[in-house]
Amino acid sequence: MSKLAIENVSRVFPPVRGGAPTRALEPTHLAVGDNDFVTILGPSGCGKSTLLRLVAGLDTPTTGRILLNARPVTGPGADRGMVFQSYTLFPWLTVAENIAFGLREKGVPAAKRKEVVATWLERIGLTGFASHYPKQLSGGMQQRTAIARALANDPAILLLDEPFGALDNQTRALMQELLLGIWEREAKTVLFVTHDIEEAIFLASRVVVMSARPGRIKADIPVDLPHPRHYTVKTSPEFSALKARLTEEIRVEAVLAAEGH
Amino acid sequence: MKPLAPISNGARVTLGVSFFVLFFAGWAVATLGGYVSATFLADPITMVKDGWELITEHGFLFDIGVTIWRVVGGFVLAALVAVPLGILMGAYKPVEAFFEPFVSFARYLPASAFIPLLILWAGIGESQKLLVIFIGSVFQIVLMVAVTVGSIRRDLVEAALALGARDRGILGRVLIPAAAPGIAEILRLVLGWAWTYVIVAELIGSSSGIGHMIIDSQALLATGQMIFGIIVIGVIGLISDFLFKAANRLLFPWSLA
Repeated sequence: MSKLAIENVSRVFPPVRGGAPTRALEPTHLAVGDNDFVTILGPSGCGKSTLLRLVAGLDTPTTGRILLNARPVTGPGADRGMVFQSYTLFPWLTVAENIAFGLREKGVPAAKRKEVVATWLERIGLTGFASHYPKQLSGGMQQRTAIARALANDPAILLLDEPFGALDNQTRALMQELLLGIWEREAKTVLFVTHDIEEAIFLASRVVVMSARPGRIKADIPVDLPHPRHYTVKTSPEFSALKARLTEEIRVEAVLAAEGH
Repeated sequence: MKPLAPISNGARVTLGVSFFVLFFAGWAVATLGGYVSATFLADPITMVKDGWELITEHGFLFDIGVTIWRVVGGFVLAALVAVPLGILMGAYKPVEAFFEPFVSFARYLPASAFIPLLILWAGIGESQKLLVIFIGSVFQIVLMVAVTVGSIRRDLVEAALALGARDRGILGRVLIPAAAPGIAEILRLVLGWAWTYVIVAELIGSSSGIGHMIIDSQALLATGQMIFGIIVIGVIGLISDFLFKAANRLLFPWSLA
């Protein structure tokens, strides 16, 4: 039994001003096992974010259904943690209050909230920033907090939509290691959308490649690099071979997308 | 000077004050120099003397108090109705669809045009003055608050939804706190407009207040008193603006950090 089952899910956006309807996502099947780290790799506009939003319940599929722990997804909920590409920390709340947002919504008592927040602050290395406002943090710190905010809720699955897309390369690499470290320790099920091939391989136990619009899954490639993964794995021959293969897969799609097919 | 280049605090204050100095100097030259007849425009010294007389002999402080009470009273009533309604309109599209067309229409009804009607309905007492300010402010606040709440970043709402927030949580823990600084700014703006309405209300059928004093002074051609009254309004406006800004800094440190 898979943790997350995406069955025949498609999304067609209604036409705008007499144009043709946009087929963002072709009928798609995907099964994600418990504690899997699946990265969804594709060129921009391939419907990978659409797929993630459908799983999050922020959008409704045109056909098909999504099952999480065998229960159908009907709307957004605390069982699916989401980290967005844009900085979505609540600017009027401190770092600690942001992390506690979901717990407060659930009605977790203050003492317990404090305990969970302290744990997560320590894990993301922001203990000294508990009472800072988001505006006072760097982009990397904000996204770390966003990850902690999502995980503090203890969701069944963590969804990340290009969370490091706006960060510089060095920060991005550190964030990948941090996320991977959390995953290795916490054993979470993760669905991670990216257009960065290296990022997709480094993090994943499975890379799902999506084609250009209309989006569909064109390849599903397991990544057997050992854990715990060190950043040096990025220079290993196995990594390079995977990277070469995915580069080919993605290049075709990128060319198609650029030509507007 | 370079476009958008910041200036130091000291320079800002100096420049701000120097305009006032220039303004008064120009006024003094025009009046004391004999370029403008005293019948039409009193000189600054007469203005101050007349003002002092108003306060010490004619109980002008009472008039100021009455006017402030009217503005604040009418404005608070308007805010109590308009802010919650505006928030609901911004948050819930059916509520907006229901109220928006009427409020947009009512916004263009000039509050001062209601004065004769309001005198008929409510007499020339305090409730009529409050109503003028209420009508002048309430529709503006409703519309502006609705726009502010409606334009809160969607991704913040989605983030809250993904954290398990339901309708009440979205409203109370996302939309309202996110819109709060904007709402405070709207109130500050509309309070300024309320001051125009109160004076208009006091010009007609009133026996007290700054506007009443100005109309009385006109009969006596006491331009010094009239100008003093106008300046008092400006100073009160400046003070209330300052208080509002200070309160915002205190209440919403996150929006400035």
